[in-house]
Amino acid sequence: MILPMEKFTLNINDQKVSIECAPDTPLLWALRDQLGLTGTKYGCGIAVCGSCTVHLDGTAVRSCSLPISAINDKAITTIEGVGKDGLHPVQKAWIAENVPQCGFCQSGQIMSAIALLEQNGNPSDADIEQAMSGNICRCGTYIRIRSAIKNAAKNNV
Amino acid sequence: MKPNPSNNKLFKVSRRDFVKIGALGSTGLILGVPLGCKQDKNAFLTGREDAVFAPNVYITILGTGEVQLIAHRSEMGTGIRTSLPLVMADEMEADWTKVKIIQAVGDVKYGDQNTDGSYSVRMFYQPLRIAGATVKLMLMQAAAQEWQVDISECSAVNHEIVHSSGKSLGYGYLAEKAGALPIPEENEITLKDSKDFKFISKETVIYDLEDIVTGKAVYGLDVQIPDLKVAVIKRNPEAGAGIKSFNSDMATAIEGVTKVYKMESTAFPMGYNAPLGGIVVVANNTWTAIKARDAVEVVWDKGINASYDSNAFMQQMQRSVQKEGQVKRQQGSATKALKEAAKVIESDFLVPHLAHSPMETPCAVARYNADGTCEIWAPVQSPQWVRQAVAEALGIEESEVTINVTLLGSAFGRKSKPDFVVEAALISKEMNTPIKLLWTREDDIQHDFYHSNCAQHIKVGIDKNNKVTSWVHRTAFPSISGTASADATGPSSDELCMGVLDMPFEIDNISCEALDAKAQIRIGWLRSVHNINHAFAIGSIVDQVAQAREMDPVDNMMDLLGSDRKIDFTALMEGFNNYNVKLEDYPYDTHRLKQVIQLVKEKSGWGKSLPKGKGMGFAAHRSFLTYVACVVEVEVDDNNNIKIPMVHFAIDCGVPVNPDRIRAQFEGGAAFGASLALKSEINVKNGAVMEDNFNNYLVARITDAPINTVVHFVENEEKPTGVGEPPVPPFIPALCNAIFMATGKRITRLPIRL
Repeated sequence: MILPMEKFTLNINDQKVSIECAPDTPLLWALRDQLGLTGTKYGCGIAVCGSCTVHLDGTAVRSCSLPISAINDKAITTIEGVGKDGLHPVQKAWIAENVPQCGFCQSGQIMSAIALLEQNGNPSDADIEQAMSGNICRCGTYIRIRSAIKNAAKNNV
Repeated sequence: MKPNPSNNKLFKVSRRDFVKIGALGSTGLILGVPLGCKQDKNAFLTGREDAVFAPNVYITILGTGEVQLIAHRSEMGTGIRTSLPLVMADEMEADWTKVKIIQAVGDVKYGDQNTDGSYSVRMFYQPLRIAGATVKLMLMQAAAQEWQVDISECSAVNHEIVHSSGKSLGYGYLAEKAGALPIPEENEITLKDSKDFKFISKETVIYDLEDIVTGKAVYGLDVQIPDLKVAVIKRNPEAGAGIKSFNSDMATAIEGVTKVYKMESTAFPMGYNAPLGGIVVVANNTWTAIKARDAVEVVWDKGINASYDSNAFMQQMQRSVQKEGQVKRQQGSATKALKEAAKVIESDFLVPHLAHSPMETPCAVARYNADGTCEIWAPVQSPQWVRQAVAEALGIEESEVTINVTLLGSAFGRKSKPDFVVEAALISKEMNTPIKLLWTREDDIQHDFYHSNCAQHIKVGIDKNNKVTSWVHRTAFPSISGTASADATGPSSDELCMGVLDMPFEIDNISCEALDAKAQIRIGWLRSVHNINHAFAIGSIVDQVAQAREMDPVDNMMDLLGSDRKIDFTALMEGFNNYNVKLEDYPYDTHRLKQVIQLVKEKSGWGKSLPKGKGMGFAAHRSFLTYVACVVEVEVDDNNNIKIPMVHFAIDCGVPVNPDRIRAQFEGGAAFGASLALKSEINVKNGAVMEDNFNNYLVARITDAPINTVVHFVENEEKPTGVGEPPVPPFIPALCNAIFMATGKRITRLPIRL
């Protein structure tokens, strides 16, 4: 289907930004191609790998499958926007546990983990598995992801 | 410890390229003037800001004191971009906080850059120690000269040369003076004693850690240069088949589409460099390119593999291994011993095609310039190979191609192959504009260089005294060479040395046999390569043998390994390949394999009694010169859901250069093994791959991967060997054997379906 370009105003990391794109453009590609926010990654394009995870009004969403036209004035937070005063505690926990290997999926992992901890300050293993099962890591850093989440929870994120 | 220069060919090659530069742009000798802050009244830390001391291609010291260390290997998650620079930093007594790591472009002056085969540390540990120690010696010589003292009164301490009187000079201050000295001969160099290591065998976090967790790290897909357009390619589902016709009217009608055109296909077997060809769509941005590609209508041609059916092929391979194949290793008479055996244990083992599916799909940015040169930014494992391939495809000299290596969003062998970069370069030339080429996940899974599918048959004869007397191992799989040559009709000797011909058991009658199987799709090397298939089969049959002999699996393995010895495989067969190094330099030492087995037995709580539904399994395997033993614990519930609460590895990789990253490779290797064992499978019908994304090409998630993995090191001073690939092979049979203990079900086919 051919859709003409439209103008959109988005609220990203507490800033209003205007872009012009086709309304079915996934948020992921607007962030990466047009806004230079490349911390959010492409992994599958069909919302099954979690690499593109961002927050929409605080909830973890897969930006590869979220059309720009569906966002309206909802607040978007990307990996670039989570540490307002330096590193976010979850990022610190990721560093403390030396989680990343190649690192490509870790923005998405961290975004899912922050969303989990904001809703549940003391997640059980089952809670962690449920919240994080949408995020694939091909390097297999899952053990350290689990311990980083517990580490962050202990430090009252 | 003195290095042995005669063993150091690589270093010698790179020495030819050594350049020495004093102060950049200076016209005469200018004495260094300390510019930096002083630690005490005697300490001069820095020198001229523009001073550059670059005694070899890997190390540069600036007048400011900044030490620039070249990372000439590709970072795909192993930590190599940190681990090799820290080896240099240790020998030169550098302050790690003053080290800047510079990623090398693809250039032969750095020596081998092919980050593959788990050999980066093995190959470069010693040369880079010497490089670092050389720099330290020159800095000491410069300080001794400055102070007019004997060098024996000087020592290097944390980025300074210190005199016995207490005065000191910083590396920055000494840079220019050291640059005026001749480079010492290798026999003048003394390497550090291991007890004095500051970074080697200690815990050093990866250089890019903070950039990664803040989203600032730059992977291939993140590269932005001016005037960039995005390209995607619609490829024939059958690799190597061409295009009959296409209609791009709908695609070009989309706003933002620049061009839709045909890229010629190369017929199978096309090798590793040639683009698959297809319909190229170039647009202003990624989403427009993807949408426009969907709108292109194509009538595909058929190629020589249009009837390839991986299921039928597997059945054919399985039939073939029931009969004797080409005997590649023979000792005694296995046939005769099997006839005389009291018991024969035999089984077939099947492994499907697998895809690499690195988290970051293949991608590349290419800029073909008006002057006929070309610059590339891409996540590649082998930048020199890519440079060669791009030059050849564009018809220009290698010197006219620059390959900038970004971080790799994992690779597992996929990003060794230059094909995707060549595509980007050709499109940039065609379009006369900078191009970012994206492989979507569908492209990645449907057009990979797949892991060889494989059928095996193993027969083991046990005599009336419960002794194992015969071993027959037959394997059939398409060779990796089949992607490049129609003459490659079956496994090569090199490939068989990954788990078949290097079988270490002390058995009198042995026959290792290969059976033909022809590649009908692009085949490539995947992390651990053929060891995946062969360790699965051997590790599983050995467990069956233990059961038949009514022995503990660990005791059975120790018994099969027999005496402590360095196995002279070259005397047992023609063309033995020990991972491209001499057996005398890196022997297959059964004592070292037995040590890791003993260690894992002690540490894992092996033999403890377990409730119903739980099991422990064991396997051990040497690959890529590293010895690994593994114990896996599983829980299988009534619905056959498999959980892996604990994995123990015991490993001997020689000196552990960066222990935390070694542990990470084993944790990740177990998760990778869990993907292959439990989830992943590529099926091909009518020449086309059926799976196309992570919704049907399944990989381990946090719910599937081991919950804990513990790594136990054998401590020794052996030469370091790689750890990227060795974790995967023994994990899979250890898991299968654990499932057998938990359920009584013997796994002979991957992925596991209970």
